[in-house]
Amino acid sequence: MDLAYTEEEEEFRARLREWLAAVLPRLPAKPGPDDWPGRRAYDTAWQRMLYDAGYAGLHWPVDAGGRGATPTQHLIFLEETERAGAPYVGANFVGLLHAGPTIAAEGTAEQRARWLPPVLRGDEIWCQGFSEPGAGSDLAALRTRAVRDGDHYVVSGSKIWTSHAEVADWCELLVRTDPAAPKHRGISWLAMEMDAPGVTVRPLRTLAGSTEFAEMFLDEVRVPVSHRVGAENDGWRVTMVTLSFERGTAFVGEVVACRRTLAALAAEARRGGRWDDPVLRRRLGRLNAEFRALWRLTQWNVSEAQGTGGVPGTGGSVFKLRYSHARQELYEAAAEVLGADSADLDREWVLDRLSSLSYTIAAGTSQIQRNLVAERILGLPKGR
Amino acid sequence: MDFQLSDDQRALRAGVRELLAGRFGRDRMRAALDAGTGIDRALWRELGEAGFFALRLPEAEGGVGLGLPESVLLFEEVGRSLLPGPLIATHLAAGPVKGAAQGEAVVAVLDPGQSVAHLGEADALLVLGPGGAPRDAARVRDAADPVRSIDPFTPLWRIAGPVEADDPLPGGERLRDEGALLAAAEQLGSAARTTEMAVQHAGTREQFGSPIGSFQAVKHLCAGMLVRTELARCAVYAAAVTADPVEIAGAKLLADDAAVRNARDSLQVHGGMGFTWESDVHLHLKRAWLRSGQWLTAAAAEEVLAGDLC
Ligand SMILES: Cc1cc2nc3c(=O)[nH]c(=O)nc-3n(C[C@H](O)[C@H](O)[C@H](O)COP(=O)(O)OP(=O)(O)OC[C@H]3O[C@@H](n4cnc5c(N)ncnc54)[C@H](O)[C@@H]3O)c2cc1C
Repeated sequence: MDLAYTEEEEEFRARLREWLAAVLPRLPAKPGPDDWPGRRAYDTAWQRMLYDAGYAGLHWPVDAGGRGATPTQHLIFLEETERAGAPYVGANFVGLLHAGPTIAAEGTAEQRARWLPPVLRGDEIWCQGFSEPGAGSDLAALRTRAVRDGDHYVVSGSKIWTSHAEVADWCELLVRTDPAAPKHRGISWLAMEMDAPGVTVRPLRTLAGSTEFAEMFLDEVRVPVSHRVGAENDGWRVTMVTLSFERGTAFVGEVVACRRTLAALAAEARRGGRWDDPVLRRRLGRLNAEFRALWRLTQWNVSEAQGTGGVPGTGGSVFKLRYSHARQELYEAAAEVLGADSADLDREWVLDRLSSLSYTIAAGTSQIQRNLVAERILGLPKGR
Repeated sequence: MDFQLSDDQRALRAGVRELLAGRFGRDRMRAALDAGTGIDRALWRELGEAGFFALRLPEAEGGVGLGLPESVLLFEEVGRSLLPGPLIATHLAAGPVKGAAQGEAVVAVLDPGQSVAHLGEADALLVLGPGGAPRDAARVRDAADPVRSIDPFTPLWRIAGPVEADDPLPGGERLRDEGALLAAAEQLGSAARTTEMAVQHAGTREQFGSPIGSFQAVKHLCAGMLVRTELARCAVYAAAVTADPVEIAGAKLLADDAAVRNARDSLQVHGGMGFTWESDVHLHLKRAWLRSGQWLTAAAAEEVLAGDLC
């Protein structure tokens, strides 16, 4: 059990801090939440700055255009960028954290050369077309069809909850290529151009009032067979490979952000004279224990991944379950600190409180995570 | 950074688990419960010989020369095994109190305002608070009344009047923090054990033609238990590495929570069996309740953690 960073790691941290201090003041003003072209420009400009400084794809393998950094270096990177208030991955999320890693792990040399550099440079944005109206938690029940026609697939169906669809250039699309096969074995992974004929995007408004995701209708969209990653009907495995790419670092920045928010809440409670209320004070104290422990759990998971050559342990589901609930609790506490102002959408934390409601749903609901923990980690029998 | 157990630490943990399974396995534990004969002095001395109490004493002073992380692994195993006795206080007293390191003396802890566990059998007392000096147990016993303890393994005594402290121990201010950390480690071990018990039962007990563990309501209770345990584990281990009082407070808070709530959920998963004297779950729950009130309470821990935010 060693929590000390090596000299090399500390040096890496120091250089990164220096760079952040130099470049962050030069960032343009942050666009409003509904200004999608502005958001895309802002997020991709930041990605380009990372690229030029050699920080893009830090933990990606070198042969995929990355820097081959260790999980610990990646942890430090995410910790320091968040601490310095640098922009979040934003619209680059799917390209950097999902589609990119899938292509890096499963794509041909040609596919990697075509798609990875633009992701790292911030030139192209990806979205994820997995969920469908009839396939959410049961993702493998998806029905969007792809029928072979010469060297193309003809794709028809609909997708839903597609984040960033309005500004994306590419979509990582799961389609059914063999309707007769068992449901996990007839799926393929395609890269689809968002401006292909037959693609219609209809934005959906979230409960927070903004349009973070969209519905996507696909009407005989032609996708070249060469845009399929992995073998035909092997898309389920291809997708699962990627889900394990993050090696415990997926939420590092967010834990750091939560700890900062918590300190700010305490300060606000003192300013407002609420700190004398022991119930509130102790509630914040408990959250401090929670987020400190989540940070340690992150370090635990990263160390474990480092020790096993990058294969993530079971800590991911444990972390996601606890973290998503803790973060919702954090904004509940914020509402108590704000008092009457918690009804004012222009006050800090009020919109965050609304956004946090998605954490227990997106990327696998809490119920699904509990099923995973019980069956995969504890070995309890599958339900019927 | 490598926040995982080293090979030596793994070996230490396996060794203690084996020792405790051999000397205080389920049959002996239940026999001790039925006999109600308090502390097993022979086992106490054996633990002393194995270096249990002297683990952190420097080798020059006849100790093993290890640190808090290793102590935490030891006490995690204690928590699993339900081994009774003021093990933490005796461990902390190794060095200042004669005979503690060797397992010759039984040292209990006196935390002003709290009942004293195992006072009747103690040779010496560690007084928490200003000073933290070891006291003559017999003198305190005269001013104390036995309490019918909720935990059949832990006799309690209520102190009537105030107790004056002797000369302060060197490093005495650390006693409460270290005690809280080791108690958190015991809670962690207990939380992990009651989870295992629940999972084991859920995998074998059948109702409606299926193992009850295939029902989501049961499955999700078990998953919640694992999550509490693993978060507490990271908090406890990290606090052992940093020895930071705020981190220790967080570890105690989360480990208390894990031990108590896991024991309750485990009881629920065991159904009617869980409500029997025959089952071990209640023994874990009762001990977990006691430990929650010892060394550092939830209220005190939360205040420490809140203070850290300012
Ligand atoms: C903000 C946000 C962004 C998203 N972005 C994307 C995206 O970019 N691309 C994409 O493809 N998808 C995206 N999603 C979709 C997300 O992955 C799904 O919402 C999620 O998987 C749940 O599916 P569902 O909404 O159909 O709910 P359902 O699966 O219908 O679940 C409804 C309820 O039933 C419960 N339930 C379902 N099955 C079980 C079971 N077996 N056991 C116990 N309980 C069960 C669930 O836990 C939930 O409480 C996004 C979602 C959100 C909220």
